[in-house]
Amino acid sequence: MTQPTLKVQDVCKSFSGYKAVDRVSFSLSPGERIALLGHNGAGKTTLFKLVLGFLKSDGGGISVLGAAPGSHEARRNTAYLPESVAFPASLTGKEVLVFYARLKGEKPSGAMDLLERVGLADAAKRRVGTYSKGMRQRLGLAQALIGHPRLVLLDEPTSGLDPVSRQNVYELIGEIANRGTTVLLSSHALTELEARTDRVLILSKGRLVADDDLSRLRTQAGLPIRLKVWTRPEDLAQVSESLGGGRVNGRSVEFDCRADDKIRTLSAIGALGDLVEDVDVHAPSLDDVYRHFSNAAQKET
Amino acid sequence: MLSRILTVAGQEIRIGIRNRWILLAAVILAVFSLALALLGSAPAGTLGVDRLTITVASLASLSVYLVPLIALLLAFDAICGEVERGTLLMTLSCPISRFEFLLGKAAGHTLVLSFALVAGYGLTAGLLVLLGSGSVAGLTDFLRLIATSILLGICFLAVGYLLSSLTRQSRTAAAASIAAWLVLVVLYDLALLGALVANPSGAFASEFFPYAVLINPADAFRLFNLAALGASDLVGGMAGVTEALPFDPALALASLAAFAALTFAASVLLVRRIAP
Repeated sequence: MTQPTLKVQDVCKSFSGYKAVDRVSFSLSPGERIALLGHNGAGKTTLFKLVLGFLKSDGGGISVLGAAPGSHEARRNTAYLPESVAFPASLTGKEVLVFYARLKGEKPSGAMDLLERVGLADAAKRRVGTYSKGMRQRLGLAQALIGHPRLVLLDEPTSGLDPVSRQNVYELIGEIANRGTTVLLSSHALTELEARTDRVLILSKGRLVADDDLSRLRTQAGLPIRLKVWTRPEDLAQVSESLGGGRVNGRSVEFDCRADDKIRTLSAIGALGDLVEDVDVHAPSLDDVYRHFSNAAQKET
Repeated sequence: MLSRILTVAGQEIRIGIRNRWILLAAVILAVFSLALALLGSAPAGTLGVDRLTITVASLASLSVYLVPLIALLLAFDAICGEVERGTLLMTLSCPISRFEFLLGKAAGHTLVLSFALVAGYGLTAGLLVLLGSGSVAGLTDFLRLIATSILLGICFLAVGYLLSSLTRQSRTAAAASIAAWLVLVVLYDLALLGALVANPSGAFASEFFPYAVLINPADAFRLFNLAALGASDLVGGMAGVTEALPFDPALALASLAAFAALTFAASVLLVRRIAP
């Protein structure tokens, strides 16, 4: 068993009585891509700041590659992109990257290469003040990729980005994870995380309510799969009856089925033969799963 | 460690150049000092004192007002501005200690201030020498003025960092800086003067007053420069004070250095406590 990149054990943090982080424990391994989800104020940023050593936890322990958070050793191996960052507007993108490369003790010559990787090579010599929001975000991401960090913390790395740039961000995340770097990112845009993260952590009111990969979380949530069967208007009644009811509208029949019932139901639809024109299978999205866990946690409290 | 300090300092200088901060400060200092040199000392022409020296005496009084203001304007944003913009989070997540960070900022700002002082005052000195009204002794006075102005600037840079790490918003820090300038540079003198006028021969005037002048960096700066000119009688102003001092005027220089060091140390302690 290799040493975990980040180990968080029973960590608590409260601000004047309000519990921002409440007995959170998890452990991240090298090369994992983990999404940290949670509503606004769920404690995501607080958790990041605890891991970086900017805040002291009230209880519990955090270790970054065996070192204390905020120690020189921990910071040497960690890269961080804050949620909103405004670089000095009068400097160029390249100058900003060279600055951070020097602070991290890396060669500034790699700056151009990094700018290329985030698609900012053409804008390298322009002032950051002229950058669009997406370009500034990508510059921040380039900053987090300087050197060879073993733990990368990204606070909402895709906020304000267009779909193509988002795609690029996830490609980059995939690349660095393949080199053995652990990437922990927080996000609001849940659906885009599907197939791009290995694991999902869900925070709700400071408590960790879920920690697993997405398909297993789906199973745990037990959310139904929604099926929509298209047919000819004259066959509607027959189709509806043989599939055990459901909502009938115009040319289709809609009904839910449990995840473990999916194959049996699909073969029942298949058995209808020519009566069926088309089938839509809508698995619960990450949004649905997230809402399930988040709501369940709030009901408990 | 050194490379990280130099990196932060270099960034501050670069920003100072890009924002035309250096240019602006140098122009302000040049305009005021030229005005003083060419117009203000015109009546002193018959006194037989080096014109450069007379100008230095006027500039010392100018520096007391301008240099702290420029230093505070450079420094007030240093911590809370970076907190607001989120860059402090990012910078401090790099392996740089907060002491190195602040020292780098201070070094950068000191160099920015030095460029402005050398360019602004240097222009005036150069012009006076070209006009044939300067001597070597006058130039030494000029160099001393620039060097001590830089030291005065460092004192107020440190005050700026202190206020910047105590406040959460850069607007609040700006207001606090203006207030600090007003108190240390203007009101402090007025209060001392008022007390002196109210009781010119009491224990206050002889025992307390000289030391009250010594511990304020702005006053200590003026005291040292005017005393060092040796031409106090001709220049007027603090003449009576410097001769009646119960200590060596060099102590004023030590006081400036101590003020800068203590205030900077205090701001390092405060920056360590910040959770960005």
